[in-house]
Amino acid sequence: MGATAMTSTNPAHLEYVLRLGDAALIHGQRLSEWCGQAPVLEEDLALANMALDFVGQARMLLSHAGTLEGKGRDEDTLAFLRHEGQYRNPTLCEMPNTDFAHTMIKGFLLGSFNLLMWSRLCGSSDKALAAIAAKSLKEARYHAEHTGDWVIRLGDGTEESHRRAQAALDMLWPYTNELFAANPTDDAAAAAGVGPAWSDLAEDWEKAVLPVLKHATLTVPARTPFQTYGKFGRHSEHLGHLLAVMQHLPRSFPGATW
Amino acid sequence: MYTQALDIPPGEQPKRTPDAVENAAYQAEFDARIDAGATIEAKDWMPEAYRKTLVRQISQHAHSEIVGMLPEGNWISRAPSLKRKAILLAKVQDEGGHGLYLYAAAETLGVSRDELTEALLSGKAKYSSIFNYPTLNWADVGVIGWLVDGAAIMNQIPLCKCSYGPYARAMVRVCKEESFHQRQGYDALLAMMSGTDEQRELVQDAVNRWWWPSLMMFGPHDADSPNSGQSMRWGIKRISNDDLRQKFVDATVKQAEVLGVTLPDDELKWNEARGHYDFAAIDWDEFWNVVNGHGQCNVDRLAMRVKAWDDGAWVREAAVAHAEKQAAREKAAA
Repeated sequence: MGATAMTSTNPAHLEYVLRLGDAALIHGQRLSEWCGQAPVLEEDLALANMALDFVGQARMLLSHAGTLEGKGRDEDTLAFLRHEGQYRNPTLCEMPNTDFAHTMIKGFLLGSFNLLMWSRLCGSSDKALAAIAAKSLKEARYHAEHTGDWVIRLGDGTEESHRRAQAALDMLWPYTNELFAANPTDDAAAAAGVGPAWSDLAEDWEKAVLPVLKHATLTVPARTPFQTYGKFGRHSEHLGHLLAVMQHLPRSFPGATW
Repeated sequence: MYTQALDIPPGEQPKRTPDAVENAAYQAEFDARIDAGATIEAKDWMPEAYRKTLVRQISQHAHSEIVGMLPEGNWISRAPSLKRKAILLAKVQDEGGHGLYLYAAAETLGVSRDELTEALLSGKAKYSSIFNYPTLNWADVGVIGWLVDGAAIMNQIPLCKCSYGPYARAMVRVCKEESFHQRQGYDALLAMMSGTDEQRELVQDAVNRWWWPSLMMFGPHDADSPNSGQSMRWGIKRISNDDLRQKFVDATVKQAEVLGVTLPDDELKWNEARGHYDFAAIDWDEFWNVVNGHGQCNVDRLAMRVKAWDDGAWVREAAVAHAEKQAAREKAAA
């Protein structure tokens, strides 16, 4: 497939980019909920900074998805005017920030994944996507490092922080199954050189994640058959509430520009 | 954003501590430097009352930045476009950054950030009353940028030349960012005013609610600001409350016309003889009610800060515990 910044005839290409865009959008939206409520001021700045990075990535990716689709939908149409089942983010992204430990564990699991993903996407046959990857890779390095440092602090810190970090890992770990589940979209996107099949990243991801969890003295849960399907539009109950808040204004004022 | 110019009541005047070394020679040198327009630095001798006034003012300003993250933060998750969401996130992050380096400026005067945070959370320290008003529609975000940040800039530009170096330098950066915020706020309002009737109604509603509180940000009338004179003598304050307020009104009326909104004051009109706009009397009862804790959001804002601090205690403890363990491990390995 000749991947350019023009309309794509390969549905898997659009689906793949949309998934990346939605993952950034929903993860960024969740991080932005922390604004003004972090444990220390420095962390307020860091969380806002990461949220801003993800919103920025979402803007570039959804704009690009709109171009690939060729139906005149821009970043905001895609971000705000789709129904729940049309979002393609992995379910992990939409899980609530139950506490700071959940936020950092989730940020680390996703951040480590993003680091590998963007690194591979720098060589995408889709040149626009490769350019987005080059920019996002720098941000992902910081995200993975920052959240990884906190995972270690929390796991190794006090009895309470260890308990909370372990509870968050136990809760969120099963959702990482979805990241690496093989599927035809990934196969087609990989065959076209758009990007890696996410299942191919599993081994490198574990190599990056497991040493940090060990350093944090956390116990890695055993893999279970648990499976989620956010990538295909079947989400958790949490996404609907997130969208109700996020979409409120554009849906309340149809046709308005902001 | 900004702390209002708020004089402390006479009963709470900073007192000179008995152990403060204040001999006549130091005082004379200090006065001469102030008169010469030179800056005072952290290592320099300064009168205790000057130091306390600065600690109070800078910490109030820092607290205002931190509490000020909340009213606008209220709209981040509901921002109507990704561009506006990114702008708002960046802006609120800037406010946090202002808080951070203002706390650092206050620390140069011998107080710790923990002490200052404790004073905020216990309700002992003040922050700008403007943040005790609710943000009720999306246009509030734009109006806060335009009017509240606009008023803040009027207040803050003179502070870039204030006599205390660390505060003055912090304000240079703050002012640059605030100017940017003001333009972004105005731009968001222009977009709404060129939109639908409903959007224009939102803007007018927000202007109606924020106009008078914005004018109150400059603090009481000069005649009711007995401590302003001392601050002016020290080079901490450069322009009086009423002069700054007038400057703000004069600049804002034309901006409102361009925007196409009506400022909620029937008495607002150009006075040829004065060369300024006249405006109606400010409701100082409302001002003092909010200052004294009876604004709509006083309780909510502080409760949210207290909750964030309390909820984060285990995280801060974990960071300290990890650092101690790490240090012990490194020592054992050495």
